[in-house]
Amino acid sequence: MTAVVEETAPGTGHGSTAAERDHTPIVITLRIRRFNPETDAEPYWQDFKVEADPTERILTAMMKIKAEQDGSLTFRRSCAHGICGSDAMRINGRNRLACKTLVKDLDMAKPITVEAIKGLKLEKDLVVDMDPFMQAYKDVMPFLITSGNEPTRERLQSPEDRERFDDTTKCILCAACTTSCPVFWSDGQYFGPAAIVNAHRFIFDSRDEGAEERLEILNEKEGVWRCRTTFNCTEACPRGIEVTKAIQEVKRALIFRRV
Amino acid sequence: MQTHKYDTVIVGAGGAGMRAALESSKRSRTAVLTKLYPTRSHTGAAQGGMCAALANVEEDNWEWHTFDTVKGGDYLTDQDAAEIMCKEAIDAVLDLEKMGLPFSRTPEGRIDQRRFGGHTRDHGKAAVRRSCYAADRTGHMILQTLFQNCVKQNVEFYNEFYVLDLLLAEDEAGNKSTSGVVAYELATGEIHVFQAKSVIFATGGFGKVFKTTSNAHTLTGDGMGIAWRRGLPLEDMEFYQFHPTGLAGLGILLTEGARGEGGILRNADGERFMERYAPTIKDLAPRDIVARSMVLEVLEGRGAGPNKDYVYLDLTHLPAEQIEEKLPDITEFARTYLGVEPTTELVPVYPTAHYAMGGIPTNVEAEVLSDNTTVVPGLYAAGEVACVSVHGSNRLGTNSLLDINVFGRRAGIAAAEYATTHDFVELPEAPETTVVELIERLRDSSGTERVGAIRAEMQETMDANAGVYRTEETLKQALADIKGLQKRYLDVSIQDKGKRYNTDLLEAIELGFLLDLAEVLVVGAQNRKESRGGHAREDFQARDDENYMKHTMAYREVDAKGEHSIRLGYKPVVVTRYQPMERKY
Repeated sequence: MTAVVEETAPGTGHGSTAAERDHTPIVITLRIRRFNPETDAEPYWQDFKVEADPTERILTAMMKIKAEQDGSLTFRRSCAHGICGSDAMRINGRNRLACKTLVKDLDMAKPITVEAIKGLKLEKDLVVDMDPFMQAYKDVMPFLITSGNEPTRERLQSPEDRERFDDTTKCILCAACTTSCPVFWSDGQYFGPAAIVNAHRFIFDSRDEGAEERLEILNEKEGVWRCRTTFNCTEACPRGIEVTKAIQEVKRALIFRRV
Repeated sequence: MQTHKYDTVIVGAGGAGMRAALESSKRSRTAVLTKLYPTRSHTGAAQGGMCAALANVEEDNWEWHTFDTVKGGDYLTDQDAAEIMCKEAIDAVLDLEKMGLPFSRTPEGRIDQRRFGGHTRDHGKAAVRRSCYAADRTGHMILQTLFQNCVKQNVEFYNEFYVLDLLLAEDEAGNKSTSGVVAYELATGEIHVFQAKSVIFATGGFGKVFKTTSNAHTLTGDGMGIAWRRGLPLEDMEFYQFHPTGLAGLGILLTEGARGEGGILRNADGERFMERYAPTIKDLAPRDIVARSMVLEVLEGRGAGPNKDYVYLDLTHLPAEQIEEKLPDITEFARTYLGVEPTTELVPVYPTAHYAMGGIPTNVEAEVLSDNTTVVPGLYAAGEVACVSVHGSNRLGTNSLLDINVFGRRAGIAAAEYATTHDFVELPEAPETTVVELIERLRDSSGTERVGAIRAEMQETMDANAGVYRTEETLKQALADIKGLQKRYLDVSIQDKGKRYNTDLLEAIELGFLLDLAEVLVVGAQNRKESRGGHAREDFQARDDENYMKHTMAYREVDAKGEHSIRLGYKPVVVTRYQPMERKY
């Protein structure tokens, strides 16, 4: 939480805020790891100085660089407020979404490092090959599996049953968790946290009947048992999903064969 | 260059595209082309819900929903289409639940429902609980659920493929038919021609013509722009929705569901000003009315903040648990981006450009029209890119998630049926020509203009001159600015000359579409000398049913010298049950 200057709106019983914050632009340095497969043998670091409002998103600063300084700077982006999952990057050594990281939350006096997420093939600048990540997701059968006749109306589900898998429905497939995992870095075959999160979302859904099948998949050599409980994934998740906890719940379900 | 052949090609993988794909891929060989990855689409940003008269928590029926949709659209809604949408809404929601969508539940385990702007009981008597929701992430859940089912059904996706042209064959009489699309592959820079019997456009809106918008950076109106350049009309483009509650200064969306849960708008004096503008349903009036009321409060000096340029969304009287449970994401947006704690502090909000009511004209089967009645065989459109018109001049909240599911499904079925009963239309000679020329011109240009500068100026003038309120004067200014920018655009150059992941090139192409569409919007707005729904003229404040209760149809004309101009025509509104009445809430 950020401190805000409060003012009281007359006529209301509550304290209100004008969100009056310091918008004085400052010059920051973004140290970006560049790589153009058509011209560069190796990635290299390049510094860009850019004027930024401290409350601005890192993504905004990057877009400013692209628009005003170097159009070849390449990164994915879409919604710009943390729900589409396009712009996961390693910023000051930590996986985050560039659109959810504000300049003021970093040390503005020092160069801010921006590089591609690790463990997936680097394609260009901040762009990596997402296909292996998406394949791991598909491999855990991330869809509702049911049998028998469908009811006419909706399937019933109590609010308590719905709550059991609420946390893992928030996943936006940004890959921040999976590419922060040391096991995934050293072994690209590992399903990785995001795939397990999405398996969890169905294993613990009271309407689903595919838990056994999914648990078998995750019981394999490259499944949940590779997790070393480093908690990097939980720290990296921009949606605040308790990823490590979800993985633990899957492990427990495998041990006790009960969801 | 590569050539592919499919029965059905779907352009766009948001809600409408994927809902269509679930139908068409069961019936015909289908490819989905998306310029993103499917789960990046902006359907995921929708928050508050999807209305359907399930009557799970109180009495409701589809006829009331239809009436609200027609009245909400200020009687420009085609009533036959609205009726279909509201009837099919019920199955559309139940289908999603069966596909696995994790709706929020009532204590009995049914799909829970909440209030939403403009949705009322018995023709306007009081707000009704009609919106089926999953916290404030309904769009996210719809997008994920549809993608999950596409995975289950093995739907074939081409990710990061930018469709840049539509291939239409034309006979001697000038009748068009569909033969495919041309796409640019982001990863390699390669051109792909997709021959198809039917093509569905589901490419979304063009919110990026404005500066303050809830729209993603990728919402650049490509589908509308492509159709426009291929001589197809655009309908009702002057009707653009401004969502009342964007985070002030940023435009990030805060769901109307916040007011559905009991949130209140207040001006700087703390007054609940919507009581003055809409005495019956107050803060839950439709979006056009609330947005205008907010702007008036600010213009009349009752705005809040150091520059008195926004109002407040007040949630502080709601129990913190209710906010955390029902509105977790928007609470986090306010905390992250404004540093405001919504459970104890007022949230600064102001209208943000949100949704295009207009688009490519279609009938209720999602078939694209080349004039008021003529179908383009094999071509379909659904979702924000299309204008059916179920939203008339102002869309009700939640009706877009409904639209994409109902008309996405209809498009998928109709396109596949067409594909299975027709042959391929022969591709034109060198079908890639237009796209190759477009790309080479930009890549080889040594001009001095920059994409970023032109885009910023376009967005500035659209915000200033074609926003919530418009006058002849402001629209004239906007048009002059856009024409000037279109000229400068001819001299635009890019820095990235490479083939791999050349987003510099694509941003330049996208800007071209935006400039085209900004012009159509402004010309339509200038011509419509009345105020209706999302189009408010300060110089023509009344609705004028006698002269303007009709859809605008814009056509792109090219003269012998290759200069283009816009010709406007009209299309009658379909009226079935409801005669126009004064719109009061």
